[in-house]
Amino acid sequence: MKTFRHGIHPGDYKDLTRHIAIERMPFTDELVIPLSQHLGAPSRLLVKEGDKVYRGQIIGEPAGFVSIGQHAPVTGTVKAIEMRHHPSGKLVESVIISRDPYSPQTFYNEHAMEWESLTPGELISLIQHGGFVGLGGAAFPTHVKLSVPEGKKAKFLIINGVECEPYLTSDHRVMLEQFDDVFYGIRILEKVLGCERFYIGIENNKDDAIALLNKRIPADMNGEVVALQTKYPQGAEKMLIEAVLKREVPSGKLPIDVEVVVQNVGTIAGIGMMFRFGQPLIERVVTITGPGIEKPSNLLIPIGTKLADVLDYCGGLKENTRQVLFGGPMMGAPQVYMDVPIMKGTSGILCLTDEEVTIREEYPCIRCLRCVDACPVYLNPSRLGALAKTRDYEGMLGYHVMDCVECGSCSYVCPSNIPLVQRFRVAKALLREKQAKQRKAS
Amino acid sequence: MSSLNKTLEIKTSPHIARGVSTDMIMRNVVYALIPVSIFAVYAFGLSALLVLITAVVSCVLTEHLLCVLTHKQSTVGDWSITITGLLFGLTLPPNFPLWMVFFGGVIAVALGKFIFGGLGYNTFNPALVGRAVLQASFPVAITTWHPAFSTDRFSTIASSTLTFPFMEPVYDTVSGATPLSVMKFEHIAAKTSDLFMGLTTGSSGETSALLILLGGAYLVYRKMMNWRIPASIFLSVAILSGILHTINSQYPAPDFMLLSGGLMLGAVFMATDMVASPITPIGVWIYGALIGTMIVVIRVWGGLPEGVMYAILFANAFSPQIDNLIRPRVYGTSSRWSRT
Repeated sequence: MKTFRHGIHPGDYKDLTRHIAIERMPFTDELVIPLSQHLGAPSRLLVKEGDKVYRGQIIGEPAGFVSIGQHAPVTGTVKAIEMRHHPSGKLVESVIISRDPYSPQTFYNEHAMEWESLTPGELISLIQHGGFVGLGGAAFPTHVKLSVPEGKKAKFLIINGVECEPYLTSDHRVMLEQFDDVFYGIRILEKVLGCERFYIGIENNKDDAIALLNKRIPADMNGEVVALQTKYPQGAEKMLIEAVLKREVPSGKLPIDVEVVVQNVGTIAGIGMMFRFGQPLIERVVTITGPGIEKPSNLLIPIGTKLADVLDYCGGLKENTRQVLFGGPMMGAPQVYMDVPIMKGTSGILCLTDEEVTIREEYPCIRCLRCVDACPVYLNPSRLGALAKTRDYEGMLGYHVMDCVECGSCSYVCPSNIPLVQRFRVAKALLREKQAKQRKAS
Repeated sequence: MSSLNKTLEIKTSPHIARGVSTDMIMRNVVYALIPVSIFAVYAFGLSALLVLITAVVSCVLTEHLLCVLTHKQSTVGDWSITITGLLFGLTLPPNFPLWMVFFGGVIAVALGKFIFGGLGYNTFNPALVGRAVLQASFPVAITTWHPAFSTDRFSTIASSTLTFPFMEPVYDTVSGATPLSVMKFEHIAAKTSDLFMGLTTGSSGETSALLILLGGAYLVYRKMMNWRIPASIFLSVAILSGILHTINSQYPAPDFMLLSGGLMLGAVFMATDMVASPITPIGVWIYGALIGTMIVVIRVWGGLPEGVMYAILFANAFSPQIDNLIRPRVYGTSSRWSRT
């Protein structure tokens, strides 16, 4: 069975929610829509305090190429525009909308889009204004990846249904329940990219999704489902391309340089839904799971719904909960403020208890090789960690720290509990800052 | 809202970890050495037991005292020093004077490990550093071997064992010759099966190839040892001595080479010291081949019958350079020998 080299095998813990169908979470009274939910420039505000907004109405427009539209997830009134806590820990300008309790919450603009006659450029603009980002977690604007630079060609479209993070099942449920939207979305993207063939990469811990999608691929479409051996971090773009096509993205380059575009399956389903029903990205499927939550679920949640409301809807946290994460256990971000909103990139809410959250003693590196054997991009995390300790960031550059995909496999296997990936994140940020400064100077 | 009253933990990802920890790895190496140690006591009796106990106690005590003196938290709990002590004791002749054992243990920890910065920073295998100092200081005592399976081994202690501190030992029995010295000076090879089962004379822990290999297999099975290191040593020794034996049958045959002396103990438990060996698979093969070649060269052409200790220390010194030269090819780059 296909896969990439190296990587790790954490337990998948997906049984908590694997078989639970997607359920729509009711609209809450107050929602918070940060103008920055994506990588790139924050969206430009289109509404002011006191404005009436309708569900699906655009309230923020792209403020440049690497920026997207934002939409009202409910019909209601703009209560305030102010700085609010963001899941990243920062304060971010956000639109606070109070729900109109008497509105039926139907779409503002409910109709299928006529897209066959549109040019790829027009489709890309629609996707940008529809507010689409990678729903797998990175929240990189989708249209940027779809805009193939002059002279390059996207031969293959790879749909990422890997969901390699333990615990999470939102993509899995989307594939089982929204496959029509997935295939519709693929048609749109094929038109945009002009690609020859598509592959849907799914790990073999989701047998039912592999079988179902295999059966449902429309006869006129040129693509296949690729079953992959379950291994972390297969959902990382570079690893997925290697697993499916045996191609390596050159260091410092993008997937398009090996004629590939990768999109998350949830993103594709969202795009399919927009062109089928006119609905922009105003809600997403989120897995609420972990031993710390009373009622694990897969919920369809309006973007902007507050974390506390979601936890309450799932029966609340158990007494021994010690950690609430946005995302999975490998790359997720811990939350402290319960009023942060669910964002476009929030694939899961993971609640861990005293039992899973253990802070273990750090030992010196004993050069046991585990990190070298785990690193999916074949770095030497042991040496990099030693260099980071002495703050020799230039030295780390020589050991290819910039190629690190920050998957955390090294930290996971480290018997000495050294926070390797965290040190690399810091080093990369500092090096990038320095490079930007040098570029400005010269 | 009850969820707001929680004390939530903030830490960096990943938020789950594998169960294996450094102290667990070290503890398992100690487990793997237990059969070897028991056999040492069985074959050589009370003297060997006293040597092992003294070796472990001196190492653990030295590490603890050095930590206290330098106002650091004691690192005895990570078990690595117990391995050093046990290995050090197993490399010594079973009737070695206890005061010399103690002295060597202090040196092993202080000069072999602590001076470099403790666990994770030692360039050389600490147990071998201790032994090398003893070899230089007490060349007679460290090459005088008590015969294995002597009848009174559980009732009497060899007089040399209890030598008064700072005195030269006096030997009361006829000392046994090791298979290697017999080979070196008389060109007679011991029986392969005796070597494998541990029925010959030698240092306490080096005689039973079988138990050493079993201990190593356990660690490889638990993924706590790099199998490539012993494999590359065995392979290079077998090939090299095979060639030499074919050219001139006076040179020892590969099976004798592999099973005699400290080769098994060294290849399985000493050369595999993770800290002092290279980190990349290719680097490890080079490291192992270097050790194997040095062993054959010293044994065949050197003045000493045994060369495992020096071979490993020699390769230890090279391993940082091997790591600098041999770097794994990074994903998305083409050069295997990337250097910047």
